[in-house]
Amino acid sequence: MSTLFVSHLSKRFDAFEALRDIDLTLQTGEFVALVGASGCGKSTLLRIIGGLETRSTGRLEVDGKPIAGPGHDRAMVFQDYSLYPWLTVAQNVRFCRGLKIYSKNQSSSEIDDSIRRSNLLIDLMGLTRVRDARPNQLSGGMRQRVAIARALMAQPDFLLMDEPFGALDTQTREVMHDLVLHVKATERSAFLFVTHDVEEAVYLADRVIVLAPNPGRVDSVWPIDLPARHQSLKMTPEFLHIKREITDRIRATSGMYSDLAALQALSGGA
Amino acid sequence: METVQENSITLPPATLPHLHNRTPLWTVRGRINKRLYQLIALASFLLLLGLWWGISASGVVDPLFLPGPGAVAQCFVSWLFDQDLLNDTGISLYRVFAGFGLSAVMAVPLGLYIGAYQPVRAFFEPLMEFSRYLPAVAFIPLVMLWAGIGEGSKISLIWIGTFFQMVLMISDNVSRVPLSQIEAARTLGATNTEVVHKVLLRSAMPAIFDTLRLTLGFAWTYLVVAEMVAANSGLGYAILQAQRFLQTERIFVGIIVIGVIGLVTDQTLRWVHRKLFPWAKQ
Repeated sequence: MSTLFVSHLSKRFDAFEALRDIDLTLQTGEFVALVGASGCGKSTLLRIIGGLETRSTGRLEVDGKPIAGPGHDRAMVFQDYSLYPWLTVAQNVRFCRGLKIYSKNQSSSEIDDSIRRSNLLIDLMGLTRVRDARPNQLSGGMRQRVAIARALMAQPDFLLMDEPFGALDTQTREVMHDLVLHVKATERSAFLFVTHDVEEAVYLADRVIVLAPNPGRVDSVWPIDLPARHQSLKMTPEFLHIKREITDRIRATSGMYSDLAALQALSGGA
Repeated sequence: METVQENSITLPPATLPHLHNRTPLWTVRGRINKRLYQLIALASFLLLLGLWWGISASGVVDPLFLPGPGAVAQCFVSWLFDQDLLNDTGISLYRVFAGFGLSAVMAVPLGLYIGAYQPVRAFFEPLMEFSRYLPAVAFIPLVMLWAGIGEGSKISLIWIGTFFQMVLMISDNVSRVPLSQIEAARTLGATNTEVVHKVLLRSAMPAIFDTLRLTLGFAWTYLVVAEMVAANSGLGYAILQAQRFLQTERIFVGIIVIGVIGLVTDQTLRWVHRKLFPWAKQ
């Protein structure tokens, strides 16, 4: 059981206040989605937790130990897949096993275990058929499966996902959503998932956190208490209700509004 | 008649690929097939040869200024069999590859670390930018003073002409490695050294190889300069000698031999690139 603890965290880029006073706790087995209007700092928060950005003030701890930089306990999945094009699918998945942090004091049974695990992940992600292919031969959805498998190979306590399906088409996204839920059921990682897609957030997460921009801060937290996930759930009144509520919240915080009537009046008057 | 017409209308367009699917030749970034490409490339060489032959055969230019292809071919044969063309070519190749190799061995690690670490960049990059603009040819007197007139001076000059360009181009190749590839490695637990060797170097390798291919061309330029000033062998030296004795066709042979060597090495390196880095787009 691991706990990620964020308290009074703030981030400034010179004059720009990106995040103000963020509190967040994430525990093994949880799936938390961060949503919010663009500029709310959701990706920045994820990158700070991943150790890729520094915080300005505040506490950031994993099991009581402060986070000083990136680590394999917090593996990350990026929107642009970031695979290694010179490696095959299987080699990409096993990339972390070639790093010093894993190779010291490794017994042969541990090596066997890691090979078994990588094969398991390749199976789980439906990559068996393409295990010897190179990333540039794969579709976007398949590439993101490789990236997720590669991150899971590190057996992270926290899997940080930064708009991982933002570049995929709707049908592929649905497949990926169910795949992620399946991974969540089989792996012992906690998930922190950044997205701008409210439907995705509600479908995947146990808890949705809405961030508001200028400066980035926690606007509201929404526990999602829905029955077992299934694609048809997205059309049920309960699902649509919470989706609408969260969407309205984001709209209210964004300060942006669209008014088709006003636009039509404008062009009519010209 | 009616039915036939109807049938022909309902035929899917896929049955007429030769009419509809051919890309026009003059599309921006359009593609043409390999054979056509080779044909056009060959045509350019033949046209040049034809033009050369036509002008020299017409007699409007004195053969002293422009010898015909026949005379140049004759000179090539006699230089090859009766004199020491292979020897001259060999020594020139040795100098180019020694100077170029020395540059590459030094420039690849330095460029890699400039591209990886900002303090290294701050220390070296302005220095390299400055050195890049120093005219290599102007170093000839210094190089002769320091390295004498032996092989060292030729190799040093080629090094001066290629090293600084190479370092800057390689550091640029390394800087272009996508940040997310680096960040993914770091979140998987890679150390800085591992990021440099397992991500930056591997990811930039195809681009670095291309940089080396391009700078090999610069090496030939400086070779000829060095051999014209301070040598008693090599293709550049032979060209200069030929000028003294007004053997224009020999000058032509020297230039063409260098051109052919360049073309062949370049094509070979492109082929090696495709074999070594099949994932990289060229």
